[in-house]
Amino acid sequence: MTAAAPLAIDVHGLNKSFAGRPVVQEFAIQVRRGQIYGFLGPNGSGKTTTIRMLCGLLTPDSGGGTCLGLDIRSDGAAIKRQVGYMTQKFSYYEDLSIRENLEFVARVYELRNWRGLVDQALERLGLTKRSRQLAGTLSGGWKQRLALAACILHEPKLLLLDEPTAGVDPKARRDFWDRIHELAAEGMTVLVSTHYMDEAERCHEIAYIAYGHLLTRGTVAEVIGRSGLFTWTATGEGVGPLARRLSGQPGIDMVAQFGTTLHISGTDRAALEGAVAAARAGTGFAWAETEPTLEDVFIHLMGQSKDNF
Amino acid sequence: MRLPNLRRCGAMIVKEFIQMRRDRLTFAMMIGVPIMQLIMFGFAINTDPKHLPTALHSADHSVFSRSLVQALENSGYFRITREVDDPKQLDWLLAIGEVQFAVTIPAGFGRDLQRGDHPLLLIEADATDPAATSNAIGALGQLNRTALNHDLTGPLAALKDPPPAFELRIHRRYNPEGITQYNIVPGLMGVILTMTGVMMTALAVTRERERGTMENLLAMPVKPGEVMLGKILPYIAVGYVQVLVVLLAARFLFGVPMIGSLWLLSGSVLLFIAANLAVGFTFSTIAMNQLQAMQMSFFFFLPSILLSGYMFPFRGMPDWAQAIGSVLPVTHFLRIVRGILLKGNGVHEVLPDLWPIALFLVLVTVIALKRYRQTLD
Repeated sequence: MTAAAPLAIDVHGLNKSFAGRPVVQEFAIQVRRGQIYGFLGPNGSGKTTTIRMLCGLLTPDSGGGTCLGLDIRSDGAAIKRQVGYMTQKFSYYEDLSIRENLEFVARVYELRNWRGLVDQALERLGLTKRSRQLAGTLSGGWKQRLALAACILHEPKLLLLDEPTAGVDPKARRDFWDRIHELAAEGMTVLVSTHYMDEAERCHEIAYIAYGHLLTRGTVAEVIGRSGLFTWTATGEGVGPLARRLSGQPGIDMVAQFGTTLHISGTDRAALEGAVAAARAGTGFAWAETEPTLEDVFIHLMGQSKDNF
Repeated sequence: MRLPNLRRCGAMIVKEFIQMRRDRLTFAMMIGVPIMQLIMFGFAINTDPKHLPTALHSADHSVFSRSLVQALENSGYFRITREVDDPKQLDWLLAIGEVQFAVTIPAGFGRDLQRGDHPLLLIEADATDPAATSNAIGALGQLNRTALNHDLTGPLAALKDPPPAFELRIHRRYNPEGITQYNIVPGLMGVILTMTGVMMTALAVTRERERGTMENLLAMPVKPGEVMLGKILPYIAVGYVQVLVVLLAARFLFGVPMIGSLWLLSGSVLLFIAANLAVGFTFSTIAMNQLQAMQMSFFFFLPSILLSGYMFPFRGMPDWAQAIGSVLPVTHFLRIVRGILLKGNGVHEVLPDLWPIALFLVLVTVIALKRYRQTLD
């Protein structure tokens, strides 16, 4: 991937409010073709609304731009043909069988040889034998696989995934991400919203939005580097009481416990070191300065941004 | 607007049929409702009730009294169920509703009649329900002129009514025997198609929104017109099945005459079903969920059944009610279907009721397509 790769998504100044309540404000994003772009942010931060604006399901109040070189305001119909959109909630027909759902999608997109394509998709899913099963009787993981198969049936150039792995087990999640990387390698651009940090780390680039504002974006390393956050860890049995003692101390913005390890973070390196030095004396824990994790950075960002509701 | 794409439409239609087949209860309702209504309305409703229970207090035992009672029973409307000695009992029987009529023949009726004193015969009716008594009362009009014709012979012949100045001839055309089913059963077609048609489409589209599949549908390249056609065409097929059920029952169960062209009827049915489905589709663009869609359907159904002339005579309604009724497609369809089946009406006679349905269809379709949101805004 080079910087010269053409942009699959290039929007700026997007605003959208519902009933006078702003949900997305002055949003801008550029995604290069073939990229997997992670879209992170707390619940209600405007991720779904932004994705819907990108695929023409919602009209922005102001702002605009292009999606696959097509205007998101005026070329909605053309965008729909080249975009695959996987909704947060399973939105295929539960009273249709797996095969019937795929056939419906294939026919709506007027695909040539739709029978063949559906057969291929079923085979790839490993669902050929269960193709007559009703979609509503599938487990969460299988529903997600079916939804992915259905929304890439027409070989879209851009795939928009809205929290695709919510409620899916780790194995299915890993398979899913392997598949996403395969698709990206074939040249598909993928924009995926998620709450999972490990998924964010699998993206080429990420953007973090909170309460309608874009807070940061870049590669994972860039986002962490730019956060201005410094982190120390303390590891050992019984770090729990230490966490309570440390939080709120000057120089310490955030304390999070991961099993037997504490992540102690702050934006002022010297003040943080001072606080750590005062706390570590005689504790017997293993102390070390490390890179903040993506999660540390996001929790920090969330704490900074003001909820506007 | 560009023409709908047939392949995308086809995909919608196939999907709709599959869903319809899977939804057993709804499917059963589509066929079950017409059959239930046929049984209830067809067999149970009679707007010309006969053999009504009648109480008699006769203080006179002349041949004339017997002839009168005989004539009452022969009219078909009266059946003497009680004979009482005390006239006060008549009030009681009327009050508790045991009888519909009370007949009082006063003492000396025969004697006074022979004398030419024109005695009084009192018939009291429980007229709380006008429909139950009006025809019977109408039949009484002839009674005093004809009932005693056989008995007034010889010197009494002078008491007979003189022949009237002119002769009145009444032709009860299209339904000479006044059989209620001839009117109700063809009308049922309109009621059934309105009820199921509006509700089914309203639910079918709202269901997509409620289950979240609408979001997906909108993200795909189907256009509003295609969604609408895809939703409507399967239910037109259902409508025709319902029409077939009603027609078969009308023919073989109720012996309703079918004089006019069934082809003309089929054509009118198509227009009428489409109009109802368009209403349903419009409701679905307003309703937030299936419950609301159902409620709106009932709002539409109520005037359709009450103001259309199905249950109660259209001309008996005040002007404002007639005006509302005239907007509803079912009002015109009832006239069409009754006209074709009973009167043998052709295109020419049907046209004045066909165009209001067509106009309604066009207007509602425009509203539906305008309201159908192609985005989630």
